[in-house]
Formats: sequence, structure tokens, C-alpha cells
Amino acid sequence: MYKIVKKRALNDTVTLMEIEAPHIAKKAKAGQFIIFRVDERGERVPLTIADYDREKGTVTIIFQIVGASTKLLNTLGEGDSLLDFVGPLGQPTHVGPEVRRVCVIGGGVGTAIAYPQAKALHAAGLEVDMIAGFRSKEIVILEEEMKAVTDHLYLMTDDGSYGEKGLVTQKLEELIKAGNPYDLVIAIGPVIMMKFVAAATKPYGIRTLVSLNPIMVDGTGMCGGCRVRVGGQTKFACVDGPDFDGHEVDFDELMKRNSFYKEREMADREDPAHICRLTGGKRHA
Amino acid sequence: MPNMSLKKNPMPEQAPDVRNKNFEEVALGYTAEMAVDEAKRCLHCKNRPCVAGCPVNVRIPEFIAKVAEGDFAGAYREIALTNSLPAVCGRVCPQENQCEGKCVRGVKGEPVGIGRLERFVADWWMENGSEELTRPASNGHRVAVVGAGPAGLTCAGDLARMGYEVTVFEALQTAGGVLVYGIPQFRLPKEIVAREVGALERLGVEMKPDMVIGKVDSVDELFEQGFEAVFIGSGAGLPNFMNIPGENLLGVYSANEYLTRINLMKAYREGYDTPIARSRRVAVVGGGNVAMDAARCAKRMGAEEVYIVYRRSEVELPARAEEVHHAKEEGILFQLLRNPVQILGDENGRVKAIECVEMELGEPDASGRRRPIEKQGSNFTIDVDTVIMAIGTSPNPLIRSTTTGLEANRKGCLVADERGATTKPGVFAGGDAVTGAATVILAMGAGKTAAQSIDEYIKSK
Repeated sequence: MYKIVKKRALNDTVTLMEIEAPHIAKKAKAGQFIIFRVDERGERVPLTIADYDREKGTVTIIFQIVGASTKLLNTLGEGDSLLDFVGPLGQPTHVGPEVRRVCVIGGGVGTAIAYPQAKALHAAGLEVDMIAGFRSKEIVILEEEMKAVTDHLYLMTDDGSYGEKGLVTQKLEELIKAGNPYDLVIAIGPVIMMKFVAAATKPYGIRTLVSLNPIMVDGTGMCGGCRVRVGGQTKFACVDGPDFDGHEVDFDELMKRNSFYKEREMADREDPAHICRLTGGKRHA
Repeated sequence: MPNMSLKKNPMPEQAPDVRNKNFEEVALGYTAEMAVDEAKRCLHCKNRPCVAGCPVNVRIPEFIAKVAEGDFAGAYREIALTNSLPAVCGRVCPQENQCEGKCVRGVKGEPVGIGRLERFVADWWMENGSEELTRPASNGHRVAVVGAGPAGLTCAGDLARMGYEVTVFEALQTAGGVLVYGIPQFRLPKEIVAREVGALERLGVEMKPDMVIGKVDSVDELFEQGFEAVFIGSGAGLPNFMNIPGENLLGVYSANEYLTRINLMKAYREGYDTPIARSRRVAVVGGGNVAMDAARCAKRMGAEEVYIVYRRSEVELPARAEEVHHAKEEGILFQLLRNPVQILGDENGRVKAIECVEMELGEPDASGRRRPIEKQGSNFTIDVDTVIMAIGTSPNPLIRSTTTGLEANRKGCLVADERGATTKPGVFAGGDAVTGAATVILAMGAGKTAAQSIDEYIKSK
């Protein structure tokens, strides 16, 4: 059992949790992920490690409440425990010694994962710009934190209700055209955003890392549920990734594969009885 | 008087048309009367070939003699001397190639139903046996076991009986390896695996789930933590794909994924959160036990038509004859001498058909089996919405890539001698991690041998 030692709502649908898992905290590196399972009937769900504290022995996750399992997770509070918490899984992000200037791009809840990347790179003495994109003002998260670890922070909203109006890709192209010589772009967020970021950097030949989020089951390489096509070859994101060269990834295939269980997920979301076991309600229609 | 019937007492089973709609166990097991009657077929012959045929050398004539007397508890104690998982072995061992294959009664007529008797005794013990398994006195030595599959559990059980303090590290949430994620409920109820694991825990074996060795700790770090020897029983869980067009379409699963969703995550049960495709027409590619399991699961999930697509003919099917027989009874359709060349999708990227080519058999190849050769231009398609690839697995590279001094062959199998010793001092290995995908009982035999080697190694230090 893995105890929740801290819980904080970052906005209406995004929650931060700090989980007691000393053996994972001891080994975790930026870019790796964990798999959690709330209870005996729960599914295994991957989440990127947002932060870790080796001394306290805790691992921080930040999740968006999007379906049955994240909803169930969000019903837990400080002092409660998760049944399973496995990690650190996947390969750590590999930046390379030649990189001096980085642009980190986060979209929506992906910002929560982009932020610790920016923090780590900033701490390593690199020049870090960050573009964080949100739908609107109400869901902006971690603004102060991001500001503290970046040379420039560009906050974007789709509707212009906060920061600059527009998409992260527009800002990125503007910055590149203005002569910012980035050695590396790291993009973390919705697949469609990562796809367009990769398309934007390709003509300039700027190395671009994306953190992929395919459907996973075990997360240790035994099932291939997370397979993605990269440079024409099939890779298992859980062991070969989750970071890949954005110019090589088949994003369209990934988007299709991620939609496979959509009907079931929608059914779970719309069935209000599914997590109520106190009243004897069932979890699925 | 021995029972001289030429045939085994038949095992009661669920009717095919009933069982192919549920996940309950197919074979229902002997009653006490059937077991006693079957036990009387054993001739207690002098040279005991059955024992030599068993990879863990169960004292077969001794336990059968107890069954014939009606002393089921005594029978269990005989089996438990050498076998940590009797309820499992009695169900999933290919007895026809092991103990029963050597039985003298099989020369003329059917061999004694050793597997069925072992299963009866183990099940009887679970129902009626006392909890007399107690933890032996500790000898103060600690051993780590990586992987809670049949090899690791057997090794852990044997070491615990010798007094070692054993910790088993398992990557998944539940101990059992292929016994929990691979072999379906209808062949091996998970409650039985859990009870066998519980018996090991009462012997003092500590189970640590959710621990991916190679990520959370390396084998070298286990030594630093005070373990004096490490047994690696991490299996061969990396699924192979064919590398044909269309393999990433929606609805293409590895058998590992399909079976893990169903067996470990219980996607077939109401109230569990893990989803699985609701298929109507399914093609399972491959002809081994895993292919049969996947096909029979798909049928139980409500698929109307389920095909086994296999590139050789019926006689070469690697699956046990009994599994093939059960699959056929349940309505699984066999497309033999057929090989997929591509999977076809619709505009949404979902599987709509599998294109195959007919095969014919040529000369025997290195494996001794006749080599399948494509018949040019014989391509045809089968309309399906799901394809399950069951064409074998290889060892996961995680442990060997994170452990210094551990050699593997070019297939990724760990190099170990016949005593289970690897190229790294203090590290032993066995089961599929060494042999590549094989059987539960061979893994158990390897775990048993390694336990003896570890005992010798630690005592000689």
C-alpha cells in the first residue's frame, strides 16, 4: 500500500498528489513514469513522475480527472493509500551535453510534466524558455513555479483570457523566426499538440523530443499494448520510451490507437454509479 | 486387488456448449470414489518410471498408494515433499509427455491418471487439510528470487523449507507469473494459485509485488542489501510480432496483452475497470497452448467465430492434444496450413480482415518439423475484427541489460549450466529466462535444481 501524504487541487480538474514510495523516489529520473492501481478492481494507469524527493521518500504525480480511474483516484485524500504504485518505468529523458538552449513546451496538464523538465534543465545551468498553453484562464496551473525555473515563460490561452492569445506552436514559430537558436525542443501534452510542435521545428532541423502517452497495461514490456511507430519501426513506449524523436513518430497512428476504448471510457464517465460501492452501486453499466 | 481397467476413470467436465460461455473451470475433478478407484490402477512397479518422468520427481507410487487407502492427507504430504504447487501441476502439466508418458499401464491401455490424482489430492487438501505448514527455523541466510512465476515460486518454496529467508520480487501486482496473467481461469482458477502462494508465505517466503528489478533495484544492489544469492526466474514475457503490414491497427493484440487484460485484470468480469475489445470475429495466429487459451477466451467473451491460423498442419500443432480437443469441442475453427501476410483495416484504422496465404509442408527443418512453404498466389482473406498474435515470446532484456557480468545467448536467454548457475557468481537462473518459452513444469524443475545449487553455493562459502 502506498500512502498519499499530500493532495492539492491545481485547478478544477487537475490534482497533485505526493505518494510515499521511497524505493521509487530513490531511483526516479526526469522523464520516467509510474503505474498506479487504486484498488483490487482498478485498472493499471500510467502517469509521468512530476517530481520526487529522495530524502522524504515521496513521488509526486499530477493528473487530470478524465475518466473512471482518475476520478476514483481523486476520491482519495491525504492519509489514504493506493493499492499499487510501480516504478520508476521507462527511460529517463536524454538531453545530451551539446545542448545549451532549450525550449520546453507544455500543453494543458502536460505542463505539469514539462515543468519538472524545465526545472531540472534550469538547475543544470541551461538556458530554458518555456511555452505553456491552456484552453483558458481558469485552468492555468503552476505559473509561479514555471516562472521561477525559466529564462522566459510564455503563457498562452486559446481564448486569450490570460497571457497571449494563440497556440503554443504559433509562439514557438515566432520565437524561432525571431532568431532564438534552440538546440532542443521538448514537447509534452496532447498528441495533436506534440504533432504540430514537431511539424513546426522540422523545417529548422531543431531536435525535438516528445513524451508519448499510449495506452498501457503492464508498463514493463510484456504486452506491446503501448506500441508506437517511430522511424518506420515498432517500439514499445513503456521500455523504449516514453521519449521519442518527434520528427520520427507516427502521431496519426498513435491518436487512433489511443481512441480504441473510447466508447467504454465514455460509458464509464457517464455512469455516476460506477464508483459508489458504499451504496452497493455497480461500477460499470 | 488392482483395478485392471484399461481406461482411466474419466474426468467430469462442463459440457462444451455451456462452458464456452463462462470462465468457470472446464474439468470438474474426481470425486473421492473416482480417485480411490483410479489409484487402484497403479501397479506399484519396481522401477517407477513415472517418477523419473516428473521434472520435480514427485513420489508418485507412494502418494497413489495413500490415495488407494483413502488417506488423502498422507497422500498430500508425500506430494508436498517435492512439489510446491501440486494443484497447479495436476491441472496444467503435459502429463502425456511426463509422468503418464512413462507409466507402465500405458503400454497396453491408458496410463494411470497421475495428474488427475495429484489434482484431486491437492484440492482435497485445500478443502480439508489442516494448516500444518509452519515456518522452519531460519538458517540466517537471505536469498532473493526475481519473478514469482513457477520457477521462482518453486525455488523459493524449496529454499524456505531448507531454512533460508527468501524474498520474492515480482513486477506485477499478483504473484504467479504466467499462472495468473496467462493461463485462463477456466484451466487454472486464480483462487488456487493464490492459495498455493499463501502456503509459501506460511513457510516464511516474503512476497514483494510491484517491484520491477532492473528499474527499482538492480541485481547488484540486491547483493549490497545483504542477499547472498539471487535466483532469476523472470520468464520470457516479451511478445513477438510478425512484422507484417497492419499489425498496429486497432484490434490487433499480442496474446500476452489479451490474456493479461482478461486473466490478471479480470476484464471479463463485471465490475472490473480494465476494458477489452468486444469482438465478433477473431483470428488467433499460432498453434501453441497460448493460442488455444486466447482463442477459447475470445469465444467466452462472446465472439461468434474464432479461428486458429497456423502455418503447419494438425500433427505439428505445439499445443497439448487435450487443449486442441477442448478448443474444437468449444467451436474454435482451425485454419491449418495458413499463414498471415497482412492485416487489413477500415478507414478508421480498425481491423476488418486478415489476408493469409496457403502453405504446404516441405522437408524437415532444423527443429525436425516439416518446413512450411508458401503456395504462390493462394492468397485469401478472412473477415475479422480482432487479431491476436500468439507466435511466441522471448526473455525480457531488462535484467540482463542492468546486471554486470550476466551473459545471454543471441536469443536473449540467460546462459546457465545444468545446475542453474549463471556466468555471474551467486546468481542462478532457471525457467523460460534460460530456455525461452517452455512449460510450467520444466520451469518448476529448474527452480528446484537451482534451489539445491544455491544451498550448496551458500554452504560452501
